[in-house]
Amino acid sequence: MDGVSWSARAGETVCLLGHSGCGKTTLLRLIAGVERPDSGSIHIDGEAMSTPSRFVPAERRRVGMVFQDYALFPHLDVLRNVMFGLHEGTRAQRAARAQAALDRVGLAARAHHYPHMLSGGEQQRVALARALAPAPRVLLMDEPFSNLDRRLRDRVRDDTMALLREAGITAVVVTHDPQEALCIADRIVLMHGGRVEQDAPPQMLYRQPASLFAARFFSVLNEIPGEVRGGRIDTALGSFDAAGLSDGPAVVGLRPRDIVTASDGVAGTVTDTLFLGDLTQLRVRIAGHALPLTLHLPAPPTVRPGQVVHLRADEAAALRFPASPNV
Amino acid sequence: MHSGRGWSFASLLVAALVLLPLIALGAAALRGDASLWPHLLQHVLPPTLHQTALLLLGVGALVIVVGTGSAWLVSAYDFRGRALLDWALLLPLAVPTYIVAYAYMDLLHPIGPLQSGLRAVLGIDSPRDLRLPDIRSLGGCIFVLGFVLYPYVYLTTRALFLMQSATLIEAARTLGAGPRTVFVRVALPLARPAVAVGASLALMETINDIGASEFLGVRTLTISIYSTWVNRADLAGAAQIALAMLAVVAALLLIERRGRRSQRYNTAAQRARPMTPTRLSGAAGVAAFALGSVPVLLGFVAPALYLVERSIARLRFAGLPPSLLDATLNTVATAAAATVVIVALGVTVTYAARVAPGPLAQASARIAGLGYAVPGTVLAIGLLAPLGAFDRWAGDLIEGFVGGSIGLLTLGSGAALIYAYAARFLAVSAGGIESGFARIAPSIDHAARTLGETAGGVLRRVHLPMLRPALAAAALLVFVDCMKELPATLLLRPLDFETLATTLYGEAARGTYEDGAVAALIIVLAGLLPVLLLARVGRRAAETLP
Repeated sequence: MDGVSWSARAGETVCLLGHSGCGKTTLLRLIAGVERPDSGSIHIDGEAMSTPSRFVPAERRRVGMVFQDYALFPHLDVLRNVMFGLHEGTRAQRAARAQAALDRVGLAARAHHYPHMLSGGEQQRVALARALAPAPRVLLMDEPFSNLDRRLRDRVRDDTMALLREAGITAVVVTHDPQEALCIADRIVLMHGGRVEQDAPPQMLYRQPASLFAARFFSVLNEIPGEVRGGRIDTALGSFDAAGLSDGPAVVGLRPRDIVTASDGVAGTVTDTLFLGDLTQLRVRIAGHALPLTLHLPAPPTVRPGQVVHLRADEAAALRFPASPNV
Repeated sequence: MHSGRGWSFASLLVAALVLLPLIALGAAALRGDASLWPHLLQHVLPPTLHQTALLLLGVGALVIVVGTGSAWLVSAYDFRGRALLDWALLLPLAVPTYIVAYAYMDLLHPIGPLQSGLRAVLGIDSPRDLRLPDIRSLGGCIFVLGFVLYPYVYLTTRALFLMQSATLIEAARTLGAGPRTVFVRVALPLARPAVAVGASLALMETINDIGASEFLGVRTLTISIYSTWVNRADLAGAAQIALAMLAVVAALLLIERRGRRSQRYNTAAQRARPMTPTRLSGAAGVAAFALGSVPVLLGFVAPALYLVERSIARLRFAGLPPSLLDATLNTVATAAAATVVIVALGVTVTYAARVAPGPLAQASARIAGLGYAVPGTVLAIGLLAPLGAFDRWAGDLIEGFVGGSIGLLTLGSGAALIYAYAARFLAVSAGGIESGFARIAPSIDHAARTLGETAGGVLRRVHLPMLRPALAAAALLVFVDCMKELPATLLLRPLDFETLATTLYGEAARGTYEDGAVAALIIVLAGLLPVLLLARVGRRAAETLP
């Protein structure tokens, strides 16, 4: 990890997004204090947690963490799992607070079950209740929904995020799923090879990615090489405003929805069609571009492979990058 | 499947061989004078049971404290010398209990090196003015057995700490638990099944022990069985006490089995990443190393150094004891013969469970594996009657044919010894071979069978070559176990037949320590081999963890 710097505002949900091995989980573990950084510093609420001269161990940081495998203590029942982090007050008071935390996640009735008796979704909620019960200053979540099956995942995710926003909790969530990051984050820190690729709100990251890597991360991207000359980029799919790029080779990125069929467009041959339910995916080969372009059309398929269609790009949505050989 | 049936029959036969001494034991106990029971119940059993119970309690507590403490130390902390301690903590396993007791008796003797040294330092002249607690006591015996047997607990809990998901520890820490709380409230409760397994194994060894308790003057059940037979020639009485002892063993076995069952459930955590130890540097690191060295020093280094020193003294003074060569040859010959038999039986039992799976094969494998829990003395007493009867019958038969006496066929030839070793150590070989088999995919068998090979042919041409490392490891473990075995050897060896272990026992009984030291040293050196193997396997297992 190298030169990573960002901060979260109070009450904000920040997503650390990236492919596996990009350093996002390590970063989370550094914040939690279960791992020690070689250099750099970490502050929570303005208080130094980790600097070259000071290291606050995990148990004194007052952070809450939800682990990917939930890490529920198998020898304790649900209530005692939640009570584990509560240190103040009598036993009865602590039990009452744990019970209240379970109530918030809708698991009050499961207090005396053991972790292995719960479903995956319930285990996730216990882990959340346990992390939140001691009122942490920041909640860290490591791929918290990845162990749930897809249908359950959406519901648990919505419930979790509603709970966090309602309670105004500052959260840092690690995920590798771009869709998940887009829908839960107030801000996404996109990581790549131990560095921050871009740090921006979801809409901005999607609409104005800072690099080809960031643009590719959120969907299939048609990358059409071109040449900037006199403020325009000329490509096989027409000419685009260069938007300040200097003369030389460049790449225009178009998401599948940003290419449409139009009678006055560039002619191309359909190589295959794929019915995706809500959308139809077309792959179209055009002259002067090696790879077929991918399009998502809202209608059911009316064209067949071999047919000729005419394409036009949505210039406003086009992403422009200077061509660089190594991305 | 025809050949499958042959294998399960063979497996059943092995199970019967293991069960025979136990059944014979019951029969012998019943055959005894019924009027003996009240005497036994009133005068013999209460004091020995009391002593045995105290010994088990003390050893149990000590092995648990030392075993889990040292396992946690090398699992949760990283300090200079940790890698060394990690395997050095296993070293006491190399020394049989009777040898450590033997060494400490002399080391701590009022005119032994430790007390003399202390007196010299303190400037005291007479042994009477400096009284240390006598090693020949229940407390001394607990101390000796505890520091030799703690590796059983260390081994099982260390393995569990390595498998335990690090996220559990980290979760506890983010919830505000410091290192001590993590140990007491998370790591230890989770390790409980492993502690139970390790402690029950250590206690089975305690019950099996004959040398340490005898040298140190603790009258355990084992001792009273032994003396009932050897001094009073009362087989029925010995068998009756042995039955009482089996009840204790059954309780330990139950604890162990239950521990193993719940262990599986507690470590079901997925994709467990082992915990990252906390780095201790400077004085804290030195203190951790010093603390972790104590069990190694007490359980291995001190007695081993003593044996080396004594052996050198003896060699300088009078050369090798003449009887030592005989004893060594006897030991190696019986242990080697037993190893061949035991490994073959182990293959039979495990292979039967593979080619003819089902309740029958499973039950025979289970029964065949029970022997490790049966103390050597009990096994020997159980074997005396049936083997004696067999010898008489075979002797008469052969005499009828050839007209001369051939003596005792099994008890006189050492075959009885091999039988006892096989019954006792079959579990050791079967366990190792089974884990070797588990690594061979069933599709390999199916491939060989569809190519026209029989079950026996598959074993010979496919499995055995693939199993070679597992077989070698099993053979080594069994060989060394046989070499160290004392209680059954004492009772079943042919007349005037001395092994290294019995030589040592005899010298200790006579109080001629030096003469036994060389024999003891040879046993310890042999005992080091499986410990090194174990340490290597453990390290490799730790490395292959994700």
